[in-house]
Amino acid sequence: MKGLIDILDFSTEELDELIETACDIIENPADYSEKCKGKKLATLFYEPSTRTRLSFEAAMYELGGNVIGFSEANSSSSAKGESVADTAKTISCYADIIAMRHPKEGAALVAKNNASIPVINAGDGGHCHPTQTLADLLTIYREKGGFSGLKIGFCGDLKFGRTVHSLINALSRYEDNEVYLISPDELKLPSYVKKDVLVKQNIKYTQTTDLESVIGELDILYMTRVQRERFFNEEDYLRLKDSYILTEKKLEKAKADLSIMHPLPRVNEISVEIDNDSRACYFKQVLNGKYMRMALILKLLEEAEK
Amino acid sequence: MNVDSILNGVVIDHIEAGSGMRLYDLLGLDEVDVSVAIIKNVTSRKMGKKDIIKIDGEVPIDFDLIGFVDPEATLNIIKDGKLMEKKRIDMPLELRNVIKCKNPRCITSCEQELPHVFKLTDKDNKVYRCIYCETKAN
Repeated sequence: MKGLIDILDFSTEELDELIETACDIIENPADYSEKCKGKKLATLFYEPSTRTRLSFEAAMYELGGNVIGFSEANSSSSAKGESVADTAKTISCYADIIAMRHPKEGAALVAKNNASIPVINAGDGGHCHPTQTLADLLTIYREKGGFSGLKIGFCGDLKFGRTVHSLINALSRYEDNEVYLISPDELKLPSYVKKDVLVKQNIKYTQTTDLESVIGELDILYMTRVQRERFFNEEDYLRLKDSYILTEKKLEKAKADLSIMHPLPRVNEISVEIDNDSRACYFKQVLNGKYMRMALILKLLEEAEK
Repeated sequence: MNVDSILNGVVIDHIEAGSGMRLYDLLGLDEVDVSVAIIKNVTSRKMGKKDIIKIDGEVPIDFDLIGFVDPEATLNIIKDGKLMEKKRIDMPLELRNVIKCKNPRCITSCEQELPHVFKLTDKDNKVYRCIYCETKAN
């Protein structure tokens, strides 16, 4: 059964098709308002999430479908010790498609291997978050008109930031992009991502700890939050959490058409004064995420019916 | 040091020095009834030093694991005291329940019934990764 566990599960052609559908939904929302009538999305969220869960729910409602599910592990059978595999088999009897978030890496794959309906990975620990990448891709497409010839800076937590890994993977399949990796030494992009993606695909990259030295080069600045939940040691978190804070002053050197992105939630890494700057795109990303999730649900349900 | 020749069984030769015990453990040779010899740091013209494992008897063994530990090792099959076949074992594409994922964030760390599966992702550098969390096998 086709699902989406990792962004690389989809070819660039499939991603283009999703973007095309999402753009058509934006243009003609009424045409899609009953596309999923009679269908149910199960949102299985084993850890807290505002944006992603509500985005999936809003997406399904706007397609005319219904939503069932839970929003924390304690209100599901996992509190009684039920395995992800058994939950996936059970939910397959009730719903038409699953969106699952779980704190453990690989949980969505286990669900996919056991469900008889499509499974969408809505985040599995620090591993993958492919629908955030879909939101990011649509944002880049709408802001920049395509995915090639871009200078993209990733800033903050590049070690545990799953959205960064997924987006780098997705963009590696397009030509002439240049990547700037801006992070403290402790939160550098893992060497296997550099080696397996950037080096393998011959993508030019620059690694630095200094945001201001490269900000003038960038077409896109992708900020990330240092995530408390990824640290075993509170001291390390406290030491690193304020490594980069984007302010209007730092933006003085940036291009006029820079696009500032962030997967959200933000803590303090983007000063609120930037929210009104025309270069801020992070709330557009949220909206784009809903459209891409609509396109994804449609695609997976159509393929499941074949 | 003398170790008797074997009549029916296998000799795993040209094992990288130091990897013999690991292969012995992974093959589960501590649990078989037949005679098994592990010889470490044998002088070798080609390799300088090597390890050898001799198994005297027919036992069900997953020889794919030789390819995982050391694809350069050779497997010699002995019948009636004669060498019947000599071959190398390619690195297996998948390892199932051979090694465990050590990532505490992996789903296998909390769901005990899941099989531990690793896929060969980089043959040149002998890299296997967990199919769930993509952590590199040690």
